[in-house]
Amino acid sequence: MIAPPPAGPVPYEKDYALALLADMLRIRRMEEKCAQAYGEGKIRGFLHLYIGEEAVAAGAVRALKPEDNIVATYREHGHALVRGVTMNSIMAEMYGKREGCSRGRGGSMHLFDAGVRLYGGNAIVGGGLPVAVGLALAARMQDEARVTACFFGEGAMAEGAFHESINLAALWRLPVLFCCENNLYAMGTALDRSESQTDLCVKAASYGVQTLKVDGQDVVAVHEAAQEAARAVRAGGGPFFVEFQTYRFRAHSMFDAELYRAKSEVEEWKKRGPLHTFSARLKAEGKLTEEAFLALDHEANAEVERAVAFAEAGSWEPVEDLLLDVHSPEGRP
Amino acid sequence: MTMIQALRSAMDVMLERDPNVVVYGQDVGYFGGVFRCTEGLQKKYGTSRVFDSPISEGGIVGTAVGMGAYGLRPVVEIQFADYFYPASDQIVSEAARLRYRSAGDFTAPITIRMPCGGGIYGGQTHSQSPEALFTHVCGLRTVMPSNPYDAKGLLIAAIECDDPVIFLEPKRLYNGPFDGHHDKPVVPWSKHPLGEVPEGHYTVPLESAKVFRAGTELTVLAYGTMVFVAQAAANETGIDAEIIDLRSIWPLDLDTLVNSVKKTGRCVVVHEATRTCGFGAELTSLVQEHCFYHLEAPIERVAGWDTPYPHAQEWDYFPGPARVGAAFKRAMEK
Repeated sequence: MIAPPPAGPVPYEKDYALALLADMLRIRRMEEKCAQAYGEGKIRGFLHLYIGEEAVAAGAVRALKPEDNIVATYREHGHALVRGVTMNSIMAEMYGKREGCSRGRGGSMHLFDAGVRLYGGNAIVGGGLPVAVGLALAARMQDEARVTACFFGEGAMAEGAFHESINLAALWRLPVLFCCENNLYAMGTALDRSESQTDLCVKAASYGVQTLKVDGQDVVAVHEAAQEAARAVRAGGGPFFVEFQTYRFRAHSMFDAELYRAKSEVEEWKKRGPLHTFSARLKAEGKLTEEAFLALDHEANAEVERAVAFAEAGSWEPVEDLLLDVHSPEGRP
Repeated sequence: MTMIQALRSAMDVMLERDPNVVVYGQDVGYFGGVFRCTEGLQKKYGTSRVFDSPISEGGIVGTAVGMGAYGLRPVVEIQFADYFYPASDQIVSEAARLRYRSAGDFTAPITIRMPCGGGIYGGQTHSQSPEALFTHVCGLRTVMPSNPYDAKGLLIAAIECDDPVIFLEPKRLYNGPFDGHHDKPVVPWSKHPLGEVPEGHYTVPLESAKVFRAGTELTVLAYGTMVFVAQAAANETGIDAEIIDLRSIWPLDLDTLVNSVKKTGRCVVVHEATRTCGFGAELTSLVQEHCFYHLEAPIERVAGWDTPYPHAQEWDYFPGPARVGAAFKRAMEK
């Protein structure tokens, strides 16, 4: 049973609410352009679109403070953007250009930026989880009140790395915010075909951590839950697990015929789209007009056009530089 | 000092000097390590800098990567090298590649210690020498000392290095310079010059091989336990072998190897690990590439068998002085 679309009052001032909407729009328009650039052969390799799931990154990342750490997955374009990596830098990385946030070495799946404490997109399912626990352990050892937010899909919960990580985080009461983006499909494998316990909060709670399950299509619910969880973690309550129930509207990657789910199911979920449902709520409350929406949309598209121009004008890292950063620059320490 | 004491001394020195150094792993804190390498360190530095983790190799290495990215210098212990496999993803995909993938934004200055090698009847899961699995991964440094002096100096260099270092400790050398004669008692390190270890800080630079025994007739490329096995083989055959102790397996000190082989014209490569695709294959290839016109005989390789490490027949698997000596003779006859 698919729940009805998100509805109800938006408990934020107009400007704050519009900022959440703008973030979702920016992710959407950026990724639509990425899909187009992929078709043109300008973005190559793998491209995993977040379209449909924007409320999670917009609501959760905005609940964090600048000093917090983020570890994300290979579907991390939205997290990077909301966190403050410039769209220029993200788009250039997608294009593989030297001006990208990872110098073109990572591409779509490996966005890194020390400036905003983004410790990577990570394209090994579950691979980022133990690293996030280490970041949290280090922060606590240095008496620094940072939350480490770790995003992962529900598919990662079948990996050993998830269990080792949440066990260590709970055992050592570390400030880790486990953000599970449950989009119901681990690539092409439905939740009930990959998890013995499909209630993911029950699974996580067995490690003795607090849990919350929220509608990931509702940016208000996401933002509220993430703020509550981050507060609890920051207060020293140990790790917190939040399940964001969401859905990707596009294929897993660009090579996916989507034979594992019915078109009607996708259409049903689109009725729960994070952008149009939130816009409608804001309009109903008089916080958004159609003109204001179009202005935001225009702004997002203009940012995308600038980012594409920046990426197109970018350069390739010289091949002779490719040995850099395999080891430390001093060579023999 | 024994090698165990030397390793402990290295960690002690670094814990004292650098507040960013932390030591952890399974039974490393309270228990002091299964081989006692960390004994007393928790008592001296407290439970926040020397601590126990569950049996969770992926978690141990993964958290070390995160701590390293944050700016600390974790030194973690994998209780036996044979146990690193569950942590492979964290070693290969995270530790080794963090610097490259983030274009230098983040690094993993971590040291992963693990006892390796056979000689204690540990069978296939407590005896392996997996160095070639690490040398195949770009971004890692792989080190194996053969004696207490080098062990301490290399471990300090590894902890100070900004790269992830795999630090393999031949467990048969922990207490003395074992030369493969398993039926004879081992001389304790206290009676061997390489057991003389300074108390304070010093380093043995990474990527520096050592001419362990100077010679004129052939060059032996070895590391870890095989250095002493090769020495025994040289003494027993009377062949004047020049033994090079690689110390850093990869990246390695190619010049020292090449200079020696060019001088002697003959080369024997020795390791305890299985033969096929072992690190000896890389050494053989490098010598061929750099010394071909100086070689007077085919390069000989002596290694463990291509089998899991057997329990009862351990000493048949182990490439002892007789097998190494036979290879010396073959190299001299051609």
